[in-house]
Amino acid sequence: MPIEVDGKTLETDEEGYLVNLNDWVPGVAEVMAKEDDLELTQDHWDIINFLREYYEEYQIAPAVRVLTKAVGKRLGKEKGNSKYLYGLFPYGPGKQACRYAGLPKPTGCV
Amino acid sequence: MSDTKNFMFLNRRAPYGTIYAWESLEVVLIAAAFEQNVSLMFADDGVYELTKNQDTAGIGMKNFSPTYRTLGDYEVRHMYVDKASLEARGLTADDLVQVEWEDWETEESVDNIVEVVDSERVAELLDESDVVFSF
Repeated sequence: MPIEVDGKTLETDEEGYLVNLNDWVPGVAEVMAKEDDLELTQDHWDIINFLREYYEEYQIAPAVRVLTKAVGKRLGKEKGNSKYLYGLFPYGPGKQACRYAGLPKPTGCV
Repeated sequence: MSDTKNFMFLNRRAPYGTIYAWESLEVVLIAAAFEQNVSLMFADDGVYELTKNQDTAGIGMKNFSPTYRTLGDYEVRHMYVDKASLEARGLTADDLVQVEWEDWETEESVDNIVEVVDSERVAELLDESDVVFSF
């Protein structure tokens, strides 16, 4: 189902992930979050921005375990656990945050 | 954990042209989630998978070589490269990517887990593995 962002129509796959990674703009996350009834805070953006940087460097979306550890290291130990991440992204940090960040679904994530 | 096994992923094909290299990498990424001891071995044309500065623009394929550099984050502790295969292709360790490993709790770290080994050691390592996946 395509989504409307800043007056543009962007293609998504059957699970709602962007088809073209290059289509991403911050508005994509805003629109997707609104559909999920979620208000994005700076804490959400820290994760989304981290995911985009990670993808830029390694060309994959990180597994949740890798994400959890990296967040703990970068943003503070109290944030490096799945409870914190699920609190921000109730549908799963891997799936939901990657979708907002315009990345493909993490490998091994069903 | 008592049922941890030593998994060895043996990579022997060039990175592009067939799907084997990418498939192997995907299985490695998944295997790491099951807390097993995962090692990789690169031999024959498989050594090309680790070369630096790959450019796939001309063949319309995604360049997945940067992904190897995150394998340390996936708890992969060893990436071995067969010395004879490397030399036969005019390559040295300097032509290969470096992969860091760090234990995020203890901050113990290894600058580069990529290690060039001779044929005898290759045979030993394969022999010591509980499971060998050949790609």
